[in-house]
Amino acid sequence: MTDGPPTLLAAELVRWSWIGDHADDIRDALLQHLELTGLSVLAGTLLAFPMALTAVRWPRLYAPILGFTGALFTIPSIALFILLIPFTGLQIWTALIGLTIYTLLILVRNMVEGLRGVDRDVREAAQAMGYTPARQLFQVELPLALPVIIAGLRIATVTTIGLVTVTALIGWGGLGQLFITGFTLDFTTPLVVGIVLSALLAFAADLLLVGLQRGLTPWARTRGS
Amino acid sequence: MITFESVTKRFADGTTAVHDLDLEISKGEVTILVGPSGCGKTTTLRMINRMIEATSGRIVVDGQDVRQVDPPQLRRGIGYVIQQIGLFPHRTIAQNIATVPELSGWDKRRTEARVAELLTLVGLPAEVLDRYPHQLSGGQRQRVGVARALAVDPPIMLMDEPFGAVDPIVRSRLQDEFLRLQQEVRKTIVFVTHDIDEAIKMGDRIAILQQGGVLAQYAPPDELLARPASDFVADFLGAERGLKRLALIPVSAVKAEPGPTVSPDDEGERARAVAEAFGSDWVVVVGDQRKLLGWAHVGEALERGRVGQATLRPFLLQVRAEDSLRAALNAMVQSHTGVAVRVSDGDRYEGLVTQELLTREIT
Repeated sequence: MTDGPPTLLAAELVRWSWIGDHADDIRDALLQHLELTGLSVLAGTLLAFPMALTAVRWPRLYAPILGFTGALFTIPSIALFILLIPFTGLQIWTALIGLTIYTLLILVRNMVEGLRGVDRDVREAAQAMGYTPARQLFQVELPLALPVIIAGLRIATVTTIGLVTVTALIGWGGLGQLFITGFTLDFTTPLVVGIVLSALLAFAADLLLVGLQRGLTPWARTRGS
Repeated sequence: MITFESVTKRFADGTTAVHDLDLEISKGEVTILVGPSGCGKTTTLRMINRMIEATSGRIVVDGQDVRQVDPPQLRRGIGYVIQQIGLFPHRTIAQNIATVPELSGWDKRRTEARVAELLTLVGLPAEVLDRYPHQLSGGQRQRVGVARALAVDPPIMLMDEPFGAVDPIVRSRLQDEFLRLQQEVRKTIVFVTHDIDEAIKMGDRIAILQQGGVLAQYAPPDELLARPASDFVADFLGAERGLKRLALIPVSAVKAEPGPTVSPDDEGERARAVAEAFGSDWVVVVGDQRKLLGWAHVGEALERGRVGQATLRPFLLQVRAEDSLRAALNAMVQSHTGVAVRVSDGDRYEGLVTQELLTREIT
C-alpha cells in the first residue's frame, strides 16, 4: 500500500502510514472515550433524576438546585480536574466525577421542564383514575416528559464527548490522548484523527439517542398525520 | 347515595370555597351542581373522591366516610370525566379505556372484552382502538373519556363540565346520548356545569350554589323554575324561566280542551253555533273514529252549506302527549288558529291546547 496523498493539504496534515501503525492505540483511545462518556452521562442521569424530582415536588427548591448545578457548570474544566486530584488522584474517578458534574445542569433542567410540561389535565385525570403517585410518575409523567428529557441527554452527551478530551491532562482523555501525542511530537496526524473520530462519535451518539426517542415515543410519530 | 354533612372547604389563602354544605345525592339520579364561577361547584365535586380534602364536615358514600378509604382505592371506584377530558396522549384509545381495569389488576381477556363492550356502548367504531387521542375528533375524545370513566362499571360518576369543550351541535348530541346512556346504566351522577339550560335538561335534581360556596336551593328542575327560593336563584334561572319550565312539562300534564269540533257532514249553521260557543271563527273538522281532518273557516262553511264543502286546512304542527308544552306553545304561535292541536297515533284527535291552559299551568 502506498501513501498516496490526494491533495497537498492532506499531505501536510495526515500521514496515512502512522494511522495504520497505531490502529490499536487509536481503537483503545476510542473505546476509552466511549467508556468515559457513557459512564458519566449515566451517572449524571442517575444523580439528576432525584434532584429533578425534588425540584418538581418542592418548586421552591428548583432555583437553589439550578443555581448549584449552574455554579458547578461554570468552573473551568481544567481547574476542576486539578482540584479533584488531591482527593481522587489520577484514577478514572477523577475524570468521571468531573465529567458527571458538567452534565447535571442540562439534565436536571430538562428533566424538570419535561415533567412540568406534562398537561395538568392529564395529571389530574391520572390522579382521578386512581393512580398511586409513584405509578403516575413512571407510567404517565415520565413517558410524556421523555422527548424533553432525551433532548437534554443529547446535549449532555455531545458536550461530554467534547469534554472527555480535556481529561487527557490527568492521564485519561480517550481520543484526547491523540491530541497530547500530536502536541508532544509536533505532528498533526493524531490531532486530525482525534478530531474526526470525536466528531463522528458525537454524531453517532446523537443519532442513537434520536432513534431511542422515536422508539420510546411511538405516539409522537403519528403527529401531523 | 352520597351525603355531605356540614362540609366546609377553606383554602390556604383563606378563601372559603364551600360553606357548611349539607346535601343528599340520591342513588341512580343525575344531580347537577350549578352556579357562577367561584361558587365552589368543582371543589364540592372533587371532595367526593378526595382530589380535594374537606376542611371540616363529613362526606359519606354508601355508608362509608370517604376519609377512611385510601384515595387511589376510593378513586378507582368512582368514574371521573373532566371538560378537557385528560386522555393520556401516550396511550392508545384501547389503553386509555383500560386504565382503571389495569390499575385494578384485571386480566387481559376480561379487560379486552370490557373495552370492546364500552366502545359499543358509547358508539365508537373498533378501528379507533389502536389510534392515539390526538388522532380523534373532539366529540370522539369525549366519548372515550366517558368510556374510560365507565370501565370498571363504578356506581358513581363525577362529571366536571363534560361537554364544555365541544361545539354546541356536538354538545347537544352528546347530551342526548348521555341521557340515553343513563337510562341504561342508572349511575349516581354528580354533574358540574355553569350552564343553567344544561342543568335543567340533564338534571333530576339541581343544587344551585352561590359565591362563597353557599347552597342557594336544591330541588328538581320543575320546582326550581316554579318556586325559586331567592332573588339570586331567580336571576340565575334567567328571564325566560316560564319558557324553560314549559320545556319540562309534557303535553299530557294538561287536560286538553275538547274544542269546536264538527264532522264534514255537519251543516254550516251547526259549525257557526259550535264556533260561537268556543269563541272562534273556525272549527276543527274530525272524521270517523275521531280522525283529524283539519280546520275550516265558519264563514266558508256557511256559504257552501256543509262543512265538508269548505276548504279543509291542515294543522301544520301537531303535538302528542309526550311532547313538551314548549313545543305546544311553538305550534300555537305558528298557527292561524292560535291553538295547538293534540293527536295520538293515526292522527286521532285528542283536543286542543290553548294559551289559557298554558297560563294556568305555569302560574
